[in-house]
Amino acid sequence: MPTVHFTDAEGTVRDIEGNAGDSVMETAVRNGVPGIVAECGGSLSCATCHVFVREDCLDQLPEMEEMEDEMLYGTVVDREDNSRLSCQLRLAEDTDLYVTTPEAQV
Amino acid sequence: MDATKTGTTAAHSVSADATAVEGAVRTGLLIIGASQSGVQLAVSLRALGFDEHITLLGEEDHRPYQRPALSKEFLQGTVESESLIFRSNEYWQEHNVALVKGQRIERIERESDGSGVAHAASGARFPFKRLALTVGARARKLDLPGAELDGVVYLRNADDALALKAQLDGVREAVVIGGGFIGLEAASSLHKMGKAVTVLEYGPRLIGRAVGEETSEYFLNAHRERGLDIRLDARMNRLVPAGDGSRVAGVELADGSVVPAQLVLVGIGVVPNTELAEQLGLDVDNGIVVDRHAVASDGTTVAVGDVANIPNPLPGAPEGERIRLESVNNAIEHAKVAAYSLMGRSEDYAGIPWFWSNQADLKLQIAGLTLGYDSTVVRRDDERGKFSVLYYRDGRIIAADCVNAPLDFMAVKNALAKGQNIPADAAADPAVVLKTIVTDG
Repeated sequence: MPTVHFTDAEGTVRDIEGNAGDSVMETAVRNGVPGIVAECGGSLSCATCHVFVREDCLDQLPEMEEMEDEMLYGTVVDREDNSRLSCQLRLAEDTDLYVTTPEAQV
Repeated sequence: MDATKTGTTAAHSVSADATAVEGAVRTGLLIIGASQSGVQLAVSLRALGFDEHITLLGEEDHRPYQRPALSKEFLQGTVESESLIFRSNEYWQEHNVALVKGQRIERIERESDGSGVAHAASGARFPFKRLALTVGARARKLDLPGAELDGVVYLRNADDALALKAQLDGVREAVVIGGGFIGLEAASSLHKMGKAVTVLEYGPRLIGRAVGEETSEYFLNAHRERGLDIRLDARMNRLVPAGDGSRVAGVELADGSVVPAQLVLVGIGVVPNTELAEQLGLDVDNGIVVDRHAVASDGTTVAVGDVANIPNPLPGAPEGERIRLESVNNAIEHAKVAAYSLMGRSEDYAGIPWFWSNQADLKLQIAGLTLGYDSTVVRRDDERGKFSVLYYRDGRIIAADCVNAPLDFMAVKNALAKGQNIPADAAADPAVVLKTIVTDG
């Protein structure tokens, strides 16, 4: 099973098993992981599913498209080099991903 | 959406329990409407430490799900129904929220202390101490001869979408009545799926209720370029039946011509579901009238989301100005306000109202409310396919429509949230990055 390890701004870690094909955002929301709001449900319209990806996990992720890149300039907590919108990150069977959620999304 | 699965979990066995507690002490919160706002209210209450029982009751035979994709990804078959589900069953169980599906409340009996019993059409009874109405709105019905023919469909809930998908195979030509968000999203989806689509809009421009004239004009041209046949100021006589008389074959216009269609999708707005509120004697005026804290006129019932008529939540909006917002963002933010209310706290509506609509490759994002605008600034970059309209009231920015222009959208949304302005003269140059010209106060 793919697994996502969510660390919140206070340092609490939640390890959530997901389904291949689902996004990191969906995996978080369905299980009530705090720190991911995702108002638009994954249609790349709201920038409220911002996560920071652990550096050594960045390579396994798909490249960022222009729309995600531009949306990231509007996040409430400023973007960093390892910022992604978690609705754009799909899980594969062997995904083992470490992300940190920002202090605020809205 | 799992109408076919049998309900064996605790979350599904509640209606029987509710019947059994007849006559028992009325405890807990009953949320009528397992909608975006109903779900958010339950989630926010648990996050705030609300420790009473919560029943989240809906009339559909589905677990609570997200509606926006119904006219887009779900219709086009690019997302599975499972991914529309808000929360896992385990989540609801762990948070002591009883989900009730397939129960339509017809009548509510109430005591003077606000507690009462809700009676479902099935005969089941749901006692409560506090009541929340998150009952949303329903699709406005088409008032034309032939509107009852097979093949005339609406798109409000999951069953509508499933019924629509089930009959698409035999459809070559579709007519969409209504050029608003739902109509244009669905029209774009159907066009992408290879159907010839005609949009009939009664009004003089597209999306007339939500955007200004410049944005309407932009969408008209963009959709025509992409292959939709759009008729404005369309007057219709009737829907024409096929030879055997039961299924729709086209739409007859006022001039007697017929636009052929094996499917007619009607998207002409919604009507708020205020019947229960009226029965309870609550003030109703284009929705359930609530105060700044989502409380209805009886001082105890909360009403949230599409069904609520709320004070304009924009910072600095004129006193007494009211609005009913049909959006995911409002359902969420308004539910948070209501959750605080139920916890005995008075918190203001947070954040700036915003809206989105994805139509073909056109991604529209709207920040703020255009209510009362007196001037606009258009920013257009055809080379990069970006288009924004900024709305001003007395020289201050109050809203923006942004097409494929997320930087503009984000800049305006953030400026509004911080009470900042974006001066109109400087914003007129589309090469200027809006967030660099924001001014305080």
